Amino acid sequence: MSILIYAESAEGKFKKVALELASYAKKVAESLGTTVTAVTVNAGDVSELSKYGVDKVLKVNNDKLAGFTAKAYADVIKQAAQKEAAKVVLLSSTTDSIYLSSLVAVALEAGFASNVVGLPVSTSPFQVKRTAFSNKAFNITEINTDVKVLALAKNSYGIFESASSLTEEDFNPTIGDADFGVKVVSVEKVSGKVSIADADIVVSAGRGLKGPENWGMIEELASVLGAATACSKPVSDLGWRPHGEHVGQTGKPVATNLYIAIGISGAIQHIAGINSSKVKVVINSDPEAPFFKVADYGIVGDAFEIVPQLITKLKAFKEQHS
Amino acid sequence: MKILVCISHVPDTTSKINFTNGDAEFDTNGVQYVINPNDEFGLTRAIWFQEQQGATVTVVNVGGPDTEPTLRKALAIGANEAIRVNANPTDGFFVAKQLAEVIKNGGYDVVIAGKESLDYNGGMVPGMIAGILGYNFLNSCTGITVDGTSVTAVREIDGGKETVSSSLPIVLGAQKGIVEEKDLRIPNMRGIMTARTKVLTILEPVEAAINTKAVKFEKPAPKSAVKLISADNLDELINLLHNEAKVI
Repeated sequence: MSILIYAESAEGKFKKVALELASYAKKVAESLGTTVTAVTVNAGDVSELSKYGVDKVLKVNNDKLAGFTAKAYADVIKQAAQKEAAKVVLLSSTTDSIYLSSLVAVALEAGFASNVVGLPVSTSPFQVKRTAFSNKAFNITEINTDVKVLALAKNSYGIFESASSLTEEDFNPTIGDADFGVKVVSVEKVSGKVSIADADIVVSAGRGLKGPENWGMIEELASVLGAATACSKPVSDLGWRPHGEHVGQTGKPVATNLYIAIGISGAIQHIAGINSSKVKVVINSDPEAPFFKVADYGIVGDAFEIVPQLITKLKAFKEQHS
Repeated sequence: MKILVCISHVPDTTSKINFTNGDAEFDTNGVQYVINPNDEFGLTRAIWFQEQQGATVTVVNVGGPDTEPTLRKALAIGANEAIRVNANPTDGFFVAKQLAEVIKNGGYDVVIAGKESLDYNGGMVPGMIAGILGYNFLNSCTGITVDGTSVTAVREIDGGKETVSSSLPIVLGAQKGIVEEKDLRIPNMRGIMTARTKVLTILEPVEAAINTKAVKFEKPAPKSAVKLISADNLDELINLLHNEAKVI
């Protein structure tokens, strides 16, 4: 018996969410009196996982898995879970892992809870806290099956070091043609820009910016902070910014360390999408904007005056602290 | 081509969320229910296939009689027929199992379900249907074309998008982008009248495991008031973000 995590990597490097997942798994393993095994796919050097409490790594190296294919990856995780007799299987909440987790749950006949925040409330019965109603509430979910699949919400636990002596094992699961029914024709990644999924800081703007031609300062502010850019729903509906940047209930959820909202009034659907972010800064000319009710820090004023000054001051701050 | 669109009946996005019965149940008092937005995008795309490629569109929901107005709205938008599986949709696997049964018996080529519903946000049902039936599955779809027996779709990935192809039958997790918001259909009077005469079949649920249950709800702790900073004092904002919040 062990806990199995799927440690996601990209270009041979573990994603931050994989390290958060390992930290979380270590704590759950301690409460269940067991160990943590990670399964990796074409991850290269896996020794980094030993810093975060992983005891064993099942390394899958297979050219057929060079591109992400949900069915095949789910099959790999299923076989790893069976090999380890894992009672708890943990995944992240990246787009790929969300895609995988329900397939893994069905394959293992396991009860599944997604968007899990925090350690299990109880391990017998097994209960976890998860977000519901688009972050407007939490729900304690009880999982009744022998094997449990959990998907951990990003930035909900944190990354904690915990040294372990790691054993590595090559793992060659059986992958058949049926795993490759979906073929990737082409991939387009936005290069040189921080994606919302990877970002610790998001700079978001709304209709208060008056037009797409004014987004230069938003991008510059994001660039100074190493942040991703995002926008409100009206902005993506108007075609000022791509749909992929729309944050909110029907867009992308954002759970960052810092969310800066500029010229966004704060409709209930937008707030629902960003509520899991730790620190919220709002810049708006309307002191009555509902966003101020949920913000940690607020500035009432004209974004066109404030943002350029903020960029200058942050550049100086960054220089001082680099 | 036979298309099945899975419809969740969810509180309107502006709903205030409250709980009752010792925080064990969602308080439906005063809540307006709608078609789950991600499902509505999928339904609109299905209607497009109906109009352009002669597809038939069936909508299905797992729920009690109170969900029928939502199904009737889908019929008014243009679906050909509706099915309601008469069961309380408490667990994702249970719901997926009911839907898989409908799909198996109906022989649908394309199954569209919103990538997640806006009540429990589990995001699990489309993948579970595919897993149970052994169908191919495409999640987070922002575009789809069907040509004979194959489907080409665009899906969102972290930091970009990818184009994928697959054979039918297939399960698609739909989201905004599969159609534009401005293209969503509003039922007109003729649609509403016609919907009344369309077939709404009620099926009893098949036996299925209930793997999870929601035992309690909590609302986020109340927030302390915003710290307002003068627009002339941006150094203070940077200082607070660095020293107090420790995020830069």
